[in-house]
Amino acid sequence: MSKKFLLAVAVLATALVGVASAEINWRAYEGTTLNVMFNEHTYAQAIIAKLADFEKLTGIKVVYSTTPETNYFDKLNTALSSRTGDPDIFMTGAYQTWEYAPAGYMEDLDPYIKDSNKTSAAYKYDDFIPGIINALRWDLVPGHAVGIGKLWALPMGWEINTLTYNKKIFEAKGLKAPKTTKELYDVSVALKEHAGSGTYGLAVRGTRDWGTIHPAYMSLFATWGGKDFEIENGKLVCKLDSKEAIAMTDYWVKLIKAGGAPQWSTYGWELCGADLGAGKAAMMWDADRGGYTQNVKGASAEAGNLAFSGIPLPEGITVQRSNLWTWAMGMNAYSKNKDAAWYFLQYFTTPEFMLYSGTEGACTDTPRQSVMNSKAYKDIVGEAEGYLQTFAEVSANASIFFTPQPYFFETTTMWAEVLQDLVVTNKYASTEEAMKQLAERLTDLVSDLEVK
Amino acid sequence: MSETGETLDLNKLPFKTRVRPYLIVAPALIITIGIMIPFIMAIFLSLTNYSFRRPSFTFVAFQNWSRILSSREFWHALWVTVQYAFFSTVAEMVLGVCIAMLLNSLNNWFSKFLRVALIFPLMIAPITATIVWQLMLNSSVGIVEKFLNLFGVYNFPWAAAPATAMMTVVMIDLWVNTSFVMLLVLAGLQSLPKSPFESARIDGGSAWFNFVNLTLPMLKPSLYIALLFRLMAALQEYAIIFGLTKGGPGDTLMNLSLTSYQTGFKFQRIAQSLPYILVLWLIVFFAAKFIVKKQRAAQRQASGLES
Repeated sequence: MSKKFLLAVAVLATALVGVASAEINWRAYEGTTLNVMFNEHTYAQAIIAKLADFEKLTGIKVVYSTTPETNYFDKLNTALSSRTGDPDIFMTGAYQTWEYAPAGYMEDLDPYIKDSNKTSAAYKYDDFIPGIINALRWDLVPGHAVGIGKLWALPMGWEINTLTYNKKIFEAKGLKAPKTTKELYDVSVALKEHAGSGTYGLAVRGTRDWGTIHPAYMSLFATWGGKDFEIENGKLVCKLDSKEAIAMTDYWVKLIKAGGAPQWSTYGWELCGADLGAGKAAMMWDADRGGYTQNVKGASAEAGNLAFSGIPLPEGITVQRSNLWTWAMGMNAYSKNKDAAWYFLQYFTTPEFMLYSGTEGACTDTPRQSVMNSKAYKDIVGEAEGYLQTFAEVSANASIFFTPQPYFFETTTMWAEVLQDLVVTNKYASTEEAMKQLAERLTDLVSDLEVK
Repeated sequence: MSETGETLDLNKLPFKTRVRPYLIVAPALIITIGIMIPFIMAIFLSLTNYSFRRPSFTFVAFQNWSRILSSREFWHALWVTVQYAFFSTVAEMVLGVCIAMLLNSLNNWFSKFLRVALIFPLMIAPITATIVWQLMLNSSVGIVEKFLNLFGVYNFPWAAAPATAMMTVVMIDLWVNTSFVMLLVLAGLQSLPKSPFESARIDGGSAWFNFVNLTLPMLKPSLYIALLFRLMAALQEYAIIFGLTKGGPGDTLMNLSLTSYQTGFKFQRIAQSLPYILVLWLIVFFAAKFIVKKQRAAQRQASGLES
């Protein structure tokens, strides 16, 4: 046989293997019933809208529940701790995986992705934006950064925290979008009661939980150079008493007092967005899609008047560091239908589905590079002034700036409590005193964590 | 002996008759077991390090109890619980009695309308009422803020400041639950005998004399029932505080229920959360026992069995 013939056979064989592995048997788990727990969110709605297609393709029946975010994680915590395998799949965030994965509730997804019998070649794992998919990887060692270790969940979408401002109000007052922290403070003060009592400059979250720390506050904290924890002598040590942490927090407290919502300590993302949309707040620093949804035609009184800008920088700092949030889906390690559950996860994170969710499904910040580059996505999302530009600018250095550790919700709740005390009480003589006491308490709290 | 002279053998009673006493108590027994299992488990788990984070747990004796009872958080939570229960229960009892007396003394279309309208808040879930109130009290879009603006009051902090947070949650509790007290008192007022009041009127007794010496003593059983229900619910309050401030600002409104919930579910330290709730149970138990004892005495007094 000639060499050409052998080469031709080899090429043909490779092609055939390629074809065989390109498409998996989607009917392999026909008749299985999967239980899925969703948080009430646009991301979940996009999946629910396409459930019938999935069931038709696979023959797998999906039973789902949606729960409002206030109670979602309580319900999920209880369900997972029962170790019954119900739900098979659940929505989660990256921070939650720091609790669930060490407790053994989450399945490592890497083996499924690498198995060509279970994962279609069209899945294109490498198409996920590295910063987003890596936010869901962790080696389970408290203090070690995300990005290494097993993959605990797959992203549905993500959010960075940027400034949304009302260009109509800014134009009327002759102001420009703030680029520095000093400008942000001055503009917030200038916009206090811009349209009478109850109106104000800047909407940011202030409730007594982690939700207050992780968006704008943590983004500026990281940009300022602050760190929450560091490993010292094999132990986690809280660094909220550092020079940067105290200076940033002091600025934040003054900013809220001077230009924040009068009832800041009761403000979650819903009230921040509502005030921005109603024209009561001239700016909002929160998840970018929060501002985006208020700007969609018909969604709010100020729809069409909102524009987007990056993180205002402190003096001497040139890099914007937005803290990142991602909604994701994980698999219950106790699930009795793991392979069918993987089909579900796979189907609803394919480039094809994510093009739908990123455009028609209104899940604006797609985790897929191919979707982000698509014309359909750019046409829809690009309609909002400055959105894509800000997104590109800020997302370049966006990451999770919290130190992964399983007491995340406890430490951030205590952090938010001190922030509230600093803004609305005279409990502490100074920000420095408050942050030093907080750092001491948090170091004590995490002292039983083993840092291998 | 039976009528025929035969000895009645109880063992020969039909099966259905013999098991009847057991069947009668069975539902109560099942409910008691249903209540006692989690209660006993709670006591047991409070002596362990049980957590959602770990697949297993170990016995730690009174470690959780001693740590919690010596912590500032516990005593602060206890103080908030007592304050909330005191302010909301007293205010609801006073307001409820006043409104019921007013409605009872009037008998026109307006009082009939009010009797129905004032029950509406009871039909709304407290968490829903809290969210509606949160919007009404909002300084940017709230209708209460607009109303206060008419009197020159701007940006009243309501739940956002420690000084006014307790007042705000008690106010919402009043809105939701005063009508419960009003209903019970109104029913009590309408069941009072007329003759003592007619005698007092003939003797020239004033309205205040009638209220203090006739209405109040005869109304005591109804008042104790209202007090029992409201005090127990106020001691355990969760929905209004969580819905409005999540216990903030700072830890201003962190009562025993919220602290226990936060420790158990948010922080996943179930065993450490149980002493809070067991202490709350003790308080509710003894308070309820005391009120029930008083109610029975008042009932006997009102029935003329005791002087």
